[in-house]
Amino acid sequence: MEDLVAHLPRLRRYARALTGDRHLADDLVQDTLERALARSSLWQRGSRLDSWLLTIMHNLFVNQVRAHARHATEALDELPAEPAQRAMQTDALEVRDLNGALLALPVEQRAVLLLVTLDERSYEETARILDIPVGTVMSRLSRARERLRQLLDGGVQAAPALKVVK
Amino acid sequence: MNRPLDADLHAWADGRLDAARAAEIDAWLAGHPEEEARLLDWKRQKELLHAAFDPVLEEPVPARLVDAARRPPRVWRLAAAFGWLAIGVVVGYLLRGVKPGDATAPALARNAAIAHVVYTPEVRHPVEVGADQEAHLVQWLSKRLGTPLKTPHFAAQGFDLVGGRLLPGERGPVAQFMYQDRGGRRLTLYVKTDSDNRDTAFRYAQEGKIGVFYWLDGRLGYALSGEMPRAELLAIAESAYRQLNP
Repeated sequence: MEDLVAHLPRLRRYARALTGDRHLADDLVQDTLERALARSSLWQRGSRLDSWLLTIMHNLFVNQVRAHARHATEALDELPAEPAQRAMQTDALEVRDLNGALLALPVEQRAVLLLVTLDERSYEETARILDIPVGTVMSRLSRARERLRQLLDGGVQAAPALKVVK
Repeated sequence: MNRPLDADLHAWADGRLDAARAAEIDAWLAGHPEEEARLLDWKRQKELLHAAFDPVLEEPVPARLVDAARRPPRVWRLAAAFGWLAIGVVVGYLLRGVKPGDATAPALARNAAIAHVVYTPEVRHPVEVGADQEAHLVQWLSKRLGTPLKTPHFAAQGFDLVGGRLLPGERGPVAQFMYQDRGGRRLTLYVKTDSDNRDTAFRYAQEGKIGVFYWLDGRLGYALSGEMPRAELLAIAESAYRQLNP
């Protein structure tokens, strides 16, 4: 298998946006690497390694979110306080809003939005990574973008909120 | 022109349309300012996401992730992949010559010898935490075993600490410290918690080519393993005992 190190910066960027937290993101990347190495025989030579890593990461993250939701009630006390976002830039407030808005999206919509926009994946590749039909990618992308508009107040005056049909 | 498909609108916002199709959409948007505002918001979202998260690309990647990306499967994982057969064959080979009667050697000595032959041949990853982080190593293993541990030193006998690792034991976590001399010979000190709470004198077991001195000391059971003459190993075991019971 080719060197995984070259893929780390992009994996970290995606994980940071997906989890909204530096430490959770790096833990997720580490879990992804460990699983990938443990299952390297399942990687099909010739297929894109980075896509395969993203698939592993997505499945791990979805399972974590599900497990977390299941235990949310009893674990509430143990949750670490939300680490403060790095507020270094002048648009820090905007970044924080963006982070909060992203986290308000359902995981499946967030993943599609981030793969298409931040990671610049084609719609077809996004479908392959998430193992869903391209049509589902498009509908999730529509919902994610509209929801994000509402959350960021960007489109409030432009159009009434669309009723999203599942 | 009819309303374009959503897929085309997304592709327009993502800059993925060919020039001709993009121009058609532009023309349609000119007559639909609300749609245009919506699509411009989509483009703006993408710019915001890049502005917020692209700096991560420039951050130094934490060492633990580089390690995780480069780490070959751990010995134990490999064992799981091959089934325990592989370990069985290796251990069986290294412990060859052990007579059936020797199988009654206590679990402490036997498990220590097995851990010794599994980890001492490791070239790149003999330990999980190296001697350069000895304080962290001791703190970590003490925490996992639930009792304060100490690392004896055998510089006088020519062996330096390489580091240590955590192992699964029959009744919980076990610590293994590894030492090496200039000739590349390795010793391991295997430390487990013991509920029996009693002290014993040194006992010796020979597991194939591996000699093991083991003893119980209150809550802890120790086993020092090495492939060397019994007298030499005993001297080191005595040194360990003195350092652990000052």
